[in-house]
Amino acid sequence: MNVQAAKANLDVKSLEDAARRLRGKVIEMSHAAGSAHLGSSLSCCDIVAAAYWHVLHIDPKQPKDELRDRFILSKGHAATTIYSALAFRSFYPESLLETYTKDGGKLAEHPPANSLPGVEAATGSLGHGLPIGNGMALAGRIKGQKYRVYALMSDGECNEGSVWEAAMFAAAQNLENLCVIIDYNKWQATARSNETLALAPLREKWEAFGWDAVEVDGHDIGAVAALMANVPNGSGKPVAIVAHTVKGKGVSFMEDDNNWHYRAPTAEEVVISHKELGLA
Amino acid sequence: MRNAFADELTKLGNEDPRVVMLSGDIGNRLFDKFRAAHESRFLNCGVAEQNMMGVAAGMAMSGLRPIAYTITPFITSRCFEQIRVDVCYQEAPVIIVAVGAGMSYAGLGPTHHSCEDIAILRSLPNMKVVCPADAWEVRAAMRAALKQDNPVYIRMGKKGEPVVHAGIPADFAIGKAITVEEGVDVCLLSTGNMLPEVMHTAKLLRDQGITARVVSFHTVKPLDEACLAEAFSRFKLVATIEEHSLIGGLGAAVSEWLIDGEVKISKFLRFGTPDAFFRLSGEQEYAREQLGLGAEHMAQKIKAALA
Ligand SMILES: Cc1ncc(C[n+]2csc(CCOP(=O)(O)OP(=O)(O)O)c2C)c(N)n1
Ligand SMILES: [Mg+2]
Repeated sequence: MNVQAAKANLDVKSLEDAARRLRGKVIEMSHAAGSAHLGSSLSCCDIVAAAYWHVLHIDPKQPKDELRDRFILSKGHAATTIYSALAFRSFYPESLLETYTKDGGKLAEHPPANSLPGVEAATGSLGHGLPIGNGMALAGRIKGQKYRVYALMSDGECNEGSVWEAAMFAAAQNLENLCVIIDYNKWQATARSNETLALAPLREKWEAFGWDAVEVDGHDIGAVAALMANVPNGSGKPVAIVAHTVKGKGVSFMEDDNNWHYRAPTAEEVVISHKELGLA
Repeated sequence: MRNAFADELTKLGNEDPRVVMLSGDIGNRLFDKFRAAHESRFLNCGVAEQNMMGVAAGMAMSGLRPIAYTITPFITSRCFEQIRVDVCYQEAPVIIVAVGAGMSYAGLGPTHHSCEDIAILRSLPNMKVVCPADAWEVRAAMRAALKQDNPVYIRMGKKGEPVVHAGIPADFAIGKAITVEEGVDVCLLSTGNMLPEVMHTAKLLRDQGITARVVSFHTVKPLDEACLAEAFSRFKLVATIEEHSLIGGLGAAVSEWLIDGEVKISKFLRFGTPDAFFRLSGEQEYAREQLGLGAEHMAQKIKAALA
């Protein structure tokens, strides 16, 4: 596929605006709740914006439509990203975001099961999203439905054996309607991912596991959107998009600083971040 | 409890060259001291708990004393088969340490809650199940576990819980409960991180003229049968309290013991979590209240049972 040509037909500017809005919101939410994983959420805002503002065939008024595309946030600890995206896309009122982590609410720090419109699967334990995605993609095939299934995973998540069991399964089943995006930010919770397990070469691994695998700058939102939209891509194989990203992307003092895996920003840091994002 | 664990680990690492620490990519900076002193005996095993448990078994089968550590559901249910076959069946002396018992990580949602781990771990032959009540018991449990030649599961809370003991309990032994407060009307058998809440319950009861014996029943397997026999013969009401499902936890273990034995059953109450996932957001204290594990609620039920 010619990514540049496909990008030309895309409103990249509006996608970038959506991603910026997402970033602003997840920073606010992390501050208000004092919750961890802000760096993880910022890392994937462009991918999530590409998905929800361009790629997915979804209707907020019919979140359970059988023919909808499915998006699974397998890296469930980036919950604020998907909570915000679903609110901005009108799956529920934005005011619901204010209940994040509050006593008695629906928005815990990982996406819940069966209680929030648009959340396709309960995640938070890493390495579950792709096997579930396999099942959803196969169900579509068996039922003769042409929807697509996307799973967003993190690089540390690729440590899990279940990921590679699922990868081999999807390839054996030629699940061409299935796409995995890996938020390859080179960090996991306590160390560099490539110093923890031998992850690299990651694209080649997916290729060796029978996938049609590409590498992309995960913050080139137009390129990400074009690649994700082009599923199935004619190869007859499941598609792996290895997206090179920066943890904490968008805020200078959070970028590639893994303290933001655990830290929440102060009120002052929220203001500075918003300014940097051009949201002030 | 978490910081006491890391601190005691460093000491044990200095004392015993067999001690190896395996972490499942959590505990940022927590193990810096241990790592500085024993670089080759620290392994970040990544987000790959099944492999980590197998590695621990292999090390234990080769003369080392590995400690495998991560968040409770991921060090128990995620790698249960490895615990069953590689650790328990082969009697590999692995010390499994879980952080985030019960509802400690309530805010993280059901993927991070753990109200089933006592049930599944105690069903395994050769496994001992220890639920320390405070930071001091964590230290004691680690020392006791290292003296065992069999697998031990240590179920910790999180960090910053109130301490109950004044130091490492001198008489701490796996399988031997500790009486922390004497009383005559009711015997409260608390396991793990519930002890501070149970002390509070006892205080509320005392204010109403009811005195409670409070026991840190830290070992759920093997049960301290002498303690149970004494409690059931002396008290007209005995209650078990745990931040764990009523299915399979301490209360269930004590029920099984009662039914199997010749003991006269005094009135018996079990406090624990119901057979349901807790789906609401909010922190541990809120979750306890909703689940009937708040001190006020427990004191009320105990009083009613005595009436
Ligand atoms: C099965 C499992 N083990 C451990 C954890 C704890 N945990 C949460 S995030 C994380 C690693 C984060 O690194 P990565 O997967 O690369 O995601 P990033 O934050 O970089 O996007 C870990 C170990 C978990 N959620 N699930
Ligand atoms: Mg990462």
